Amino acid sequence: MSETRRLRLFRGTRERGELKEYQVAAGEGMVVLDAVHAIQAEQAPDLAVRWNCKAGKCGSCSAEINGKPRLMCMTRMSDYPADETITVTPMKAFPVIKDLVTDVSWNYEVNKRIPAFKPRKPDAPDGTWRMYQFEVERPQEFRKCIECFLCQDVCHVLRAHDKHQEFMGPAMLVRAAVYEMHPLDVADRSEHLRQEGGIGYCNITKCCTEVCPESIMITDNAIIPLKERVADRNYDPLQWLWRKLTG
Amino acid sequence: MSDIRSLSYDVVVIGAGGAGLRAAIEASAQKAKVALVCKSLLGKAHTVMAEGGAAAALGNVMGEDNWRVHFRDTMRGGKMHNNWRMAQIHAQEAPDRIHELEAWGALFDRTPDGRINQRPFGGHTYSRLAHVGDRTGLEMIRVLQDKGVHSGIDVHMECTIVRLFVVGGRVAGALGYFRETGRFVLLRAGAIVLATGGIGKAWQVTSNSWEYTGDGHALAYDAGAELIDMEFVQFHPTGMVWPPSVRGILVTEGVRGEGGVLKNSAGERFMFRYMPDMFKGDFAETELESDAWVKGDRKKNRRPPELLTRDVVAKAITKEIAEGRGSPHGGVFLDIASKQNPEFIKKKLPSMYHQFKELAHVDITKDAMEIGPTTHYVMGGVKVDAETQESTVPGLFAAGEVGGGMHGANRLGGNSLSDLLVFGRRAGLHAAAKRGGAPAIPDAEVEASMRDALAPFERDGENPFAVQSALQAVMQRNAGIIRDKAGLEVALAELDKLKGRASSVGITGSREYNPGWHTAIDLLSLLVVAEATARAALERTESRGGHTRSDYPDSDERQTREHIVIKKEGDRMAVRREAQPPLPADVMKLIQEGA
Repeated sequence: MSETRRLRLFRGTRERGELKEYQVAAGEGMVVLDAVHAIQAEQAPDLAVRWNCKAGKCGSCSAEINGKPRLMCMTRMSDYPADETITVTPMKAFPVIKDLVTDVSWNYEVNKRIPAFKPRKPDAPDGTWRMYQFEVERPQEFRKCIECFLCQDVCHVLRAHDKHQEFMGPAMLVRAAVYEMHPLDVADRSEHLRQEGGIGYCNITKCCTEVCPESIMITDNAIIPLKERVADRNYDPLQWLWRKLTG
Repeated sequence: MSDIRSLSYDVVVIGAGGAGLRAAIEASAQKAKVALVCKSLLGKAHTVMAEGGAAAALGNVMGEDNWRVHFRDTMRGGKMHNNWRMAQIHAQEAPDRIHELEAWGALFDRTPDGRINQRPFGGHTYSRLAHVGDRTGLEMIRVLQDKGVHSGIDVHMECTIVRLFVVGGRVAGALGYFRETGRFVLLRAGAIVLATGGIGKAWQVTSNSWEYTGDGHALAYDAGAELIDMEFVQFHPTGMVWPPSVRGILVTEGVRGEGGVLKNSAGERFMFRYMPDMFKGDFAETELESDAWVKGDRKKNRRPPELLTRDVVAKAITKEIAEGRGSPHGGVFLDIASKQNPEFIKKKLPSMYHQFKELAHVDITKDAMEIGPTTHYVMGGVKVDAETQESTVPGLFAAGEVGGGMHGANRLGGNSLSDLLVFGRRAGLHAAAKRGGAPAIPDAEVEASMRDALAPFERDGENPFAVQSALQAVMQRNAGIIRDKAGLEVALAELDKLKGRASSVGITGSREYNPGWHTAIDLLSLLVVAEATARAALERTESRGGHTRSDYPDSDERQTREHIVIKKEGDRMAVRREAQPPLPADVMKLIQEGA
């Protein structure tokens, strides 16, 4: 069972490009990434697309499908009406390298600067720790992040206002939240989040949560608690006084 | 030389999955200047797809467990073909490597008393797999990634290595290109660690990603290193079969570890009929006993037969399908819905739930999954020293899937994630010790390699994707889960023709991020590993573990512990047999009698 579907793909580089239309035979269960691969294999071998697992686990094939940030491997062709032309463009918040591939290296630079994990002293003489399931579940939610950067792409602070120098973005806040809420961690990242991370730029529109393919409650469970930490640390007079007294 | 960046390191690690990251971290801890080369972006390597867990005899869930039992399980699962010393080191060191990950921030699921939880898995006597739901690999790679970026390692992302240089018998460096620009880079180093993973892209139905084209196997082979056991390819019993676009995607063995059962079209739990002699007495003999074990009564009852080793289960499924008892889309049924409640399934197997819901419109808490075997892992690889992971080429090391010997004829689930930690660390350690003394690489050799890599741009030839797809069809048809002499000879003849086609493919467009060009280069590696697999499979005239010959259906005592060794001799792929040293008496006793 196969039908002909039309796709419009961005072809080009950072300097120039255009939407180009292709036709492809779509079989049952086909996802957008399959269609892009079919075009690549049969019509345009130099069509650039980034992918690895094709199972929603690696977060490589992020793009915008009809303007919505999505993983191409988890978007079925049958989600769109048969007579509709599906448009696939690269993520807008990052510079285009070629076709559907963007330069996401900025995320890696931001991540490198997040203060590293620092565990408390081991709990047992054999050098191991004790943690309970309810304690690990909170940071485990953030470790589901597959680094697809779709939340960065949709975030208006980055997408519309280009504040990459001032704001680390939801994905990297999730990254920091893993350690901030890690039962063993004793490092303090609140100053980093406030200054370099620019957490104040987030005005809780929750667009990031909506696009997350892993259904991480980015705003509610990661960003808001981090904002509270930063506020307590910096603006709570009692905490401020306590720090002054205890050094 | 123009048009090339040249960088010097103490250690270059090629591949940034678990083994490569762990090697780079260790070499860096030894104060070596380290480059880590990723074929994709950092953190996207195949390790992220590992689901079930990492095997280590921590004894947290079942206190009877210890390294000796783990070692015994590994040797028996490998059909006694394993490099016993590697299997021993692995079983002994795995617990430390898991604890170390926790010290670096890993968040494994917990036991009620707050220790690392462990789940049962195929071929493991006790509950042994440290895990995080069904996304253990993602957790491991993220922890190693964060440890790595704070270790002062130079990371080169989206960089593919096309050639190793060996000068005067010693490793001297590697030539690669960056996908983004298509520009070359020469990495000079006297110690190189291969951690490039496997070869699954040589088949049509595979759980492996585009990266798995056997680059490390081929680089080592071209550099004069020996490959062993290439006939032993693991076909994982449970890949998705429907819809066609997802065929081959992995369904974790964790489904069976958590109680999932296999059924044929008649609704029969057929695995009870496929008990090998070696494991008789170790597994449940009735559904009642099996169900009691799943419910948690593990002292009085034995494991379900669905938890037999992967080679056994994959062959049983293949037989059921061949004899007409398959599911509508050519698989069999994997059912957990009738054994566990929906909350349990969603909690323990969240990504399986998600994967089937999104890609197949199947709710696994209500309905059975349709599954069938998928190419998953190669036991064979670069022949290495058990202690150091150094290959037969001085200065060249291999760790993880690209290394051979550890898993013998069949790998146990969960032993890969622990393997890459244990031997990744050892490779990094010994590579760092070998630093210095990198010979100079003649410019002419580098220039010739660059010219070779760019040749497809000069030709008006065939589309490389067509050749790749033809190669996959040949291997699927003739060197798949069941093989015979005639089929393997066809494969070799076809591969010979494909070599000609691969050397005449043409590319259009520029050098910048050009997948056609990347495929043209990957094809050269695929051809090496496909031929090595077919030649070794033809040579081994018996069935054992992951290698099944319909014309030699039984294991042959005389071929026990005999390696098929592949080595490049001129332009020819030479095949020879090499007996492994006999097992020491105390080791043999341990395997036969247990701990």
